[in-house]
Amino acid sequence: MQPVGAVVPLRVDIAEKTFRSAQGVSIAALQDLSFEVRQGEFACLLGPSGCGKTTTLRILLGLDKDFSGSFQLPEGGSNRIAAVFQEPILLPWRTVEQNVRLALPKSLRAKNLDGLFDTLGLAGMRSLYPAELSLGLARRAALARAFATEPAVLFLDEPFASLDERTAERLRHLLLTVWSARPTTALMVTHNLREALMLSDRIIVLAQRPAHVLGMFDVRLPRQYRNPQVMSDLLRSFHQKFPGVA
Amino acid sequence: MTAPDTGDRPPGAAADISSQSGVAAALTPVLTVAVSLLGLCLLWGLAANAWPSRAFPGPGRVWQVLLAEAANGDLFYHLGATLGRVAAAYVVAMVIGSVIGVLLGSHRSADRFFSPWLVLFLNIPALVVIVLAYIWFGLNEAAAIGAVAVNKIPNVVVTMREGARALDPNYAEMAAIYRFGLLDRIRHVLLPQLQPYLAAASRSGIALIWKIVLVVELLGRSNGVGFQIYLYFQLFDVAAILAYTLAFVAVMLVIELLLVQPIERHATRWRRRPA
Ligand SMILES: Nc1ncnc2c1ncn2[C@@H]1O[C@H](COP(=O)(O)OP(=O)(O)OP(=O)(O)O)[C@@H](O)[C@H]1O
Ligand SMILES: [Mg+2]
Repeated sequence: MQPVGAVVPLRVDIAEKTFRSAQGVSIAALQDLSFEVRQGEFACLLGPSGCGKTTTLRILLGLDKDFSGSFQLPEGGSNRIAAVFQEPILLPWRTVEQNVRLALPKSLRAKNLDGLFDTLGLAGMRSLYPAELSLGLARRAALARAFATEPAVLFLDEPFASLDERTAERLRHLLLTVWSARPTTALMVTHNLREALMLSDRIIVLAQRPAHVLGMFDVRLPRQYRNPQVMSDLLRSFHQKFPGVA
Repeated sequence: MTAPDTGDRPPGAAADISSQSGVAAALTPVLTVAVSLLGLCLLWGLAANAWPSRAFPGPGRVWQVLLAEAANGDLFYHLGATLGRVAAAYVVAMVIGSVIGVLLGSHRSADRFFSPWLVLFLNIPALVVIVLAYIWFGLNEAAAIGAVAVNKIPNVVVTMREGARALDPNYAEMAAIYRFGLLDRIRHVLLPQLQPYLAAASRSGIALIWKIVLVVELLGRSNGVGFQIYLYFQLFDVAAILAYTLAFVAVMLVIELLLVQPIERHATRWRRRPA
């Protein structure tokens, strides 16, 4: 399995990000936040609620330019970025398939997507409108859209939140399947430690607001060996390294 | 206006039964309308019989005039002229009004600056705009259509400004992340969100526009329904005036039924959910 495209790591170096609320109160969301995700690596951003994880992703996605500092996205290949948010954000007036194809560059619009739709269990739902999907299916469609673009880097913001545990677990496995077929540098926000341990090569642990990096937790073990026994060992050593987190 | 369509179709075996009751359910309102209109004609006929006068012809007389005008081709010529002006003014007003409305709705400071202009234009009487347009630009087709459009544009701007304020930024951000081109953004992200507002502006727009078009024709054109009504006004021929008016109302209703409603159904098909 060759990591595709990216030869430059994802490098984040945000000195400061401050929000000014409507009442003029300023809220420091990020302070000296710096970390790196190596090429082809799946990293998780783990931190308490409200610490600034979404804010970080929005900056990296180019949606928020009002901050001081810098970052560098992986380059190579398509040079594209893809994102899956907590809300699937599919266009309700376009079918599942149209939603996926619209995200592709013009030259790839007609590309064969059968394999991707099959893997994600969406084969029979390509012509449905998002209103006809359950939340779990809509999330899968959002995953399909992200992977179809063959991005150089993939950002995920709690893509499995507010699903029942069984559905979430199935989706995690689906995510791993599509991701392993083409390992892309990925950064996923979560506050579910088990999820982070199951999916990632490295966990970036954030402190309370203003967010900065508390430390890194590398999970070197290949994912297929992460059985329940191993997971509880990983949990224990994580708690030893970061007492009081999650 | 985001309520899901209630005309949902149960799948499978129930389809036959439900399509029959569906036809009946669709026919009932049509029948009601027909009976209601018939009642109005009857009342009109009775009143015309009770007070016979050249200035108050009955429905029979109006129908005769209508047939005569249709037979010699005048009716279709003038209906066509008016319809063409309505269509042109509608397109001009919707395009210009939507662009201005969306710009104002998405730029707060521009909105604050231009709001007083908008209020001013909303309150200028249609007649003034028409007269000024004819004085400044001459008695020509462009001035006529322009004057009608200018009367309608402020209404479109107000509606589309609301639409732009209601745009969901999530979709725009998604489009930015996946690098949608400008045309894709307009076609797949912007217009579908604005559709209910476009529909509202269109509805009120067509009703207003055709009434103003008649005035424009009366004041400075030599064809069209407005021109004919003015002509028959000078001849005091009420039957002909009513014949032209009813013919044009009928045309507008047919357009609403055969064009506007199907387009709207198509544009909102994604809201339908299987039962
Ligand atoms: N647009 C905004 N204006 C003002 N403050 C904001 C804005 N967006 C976020 N914040 C503040 O910045 C802080 C970080 O928010 P952020 O959404 O990044 O948290 P998070 O880590 O994603 O939390 P969660 O896990 O609950 O999603 C919060 O305290 C929030 O109140
Ligand atoms: Mg968040």
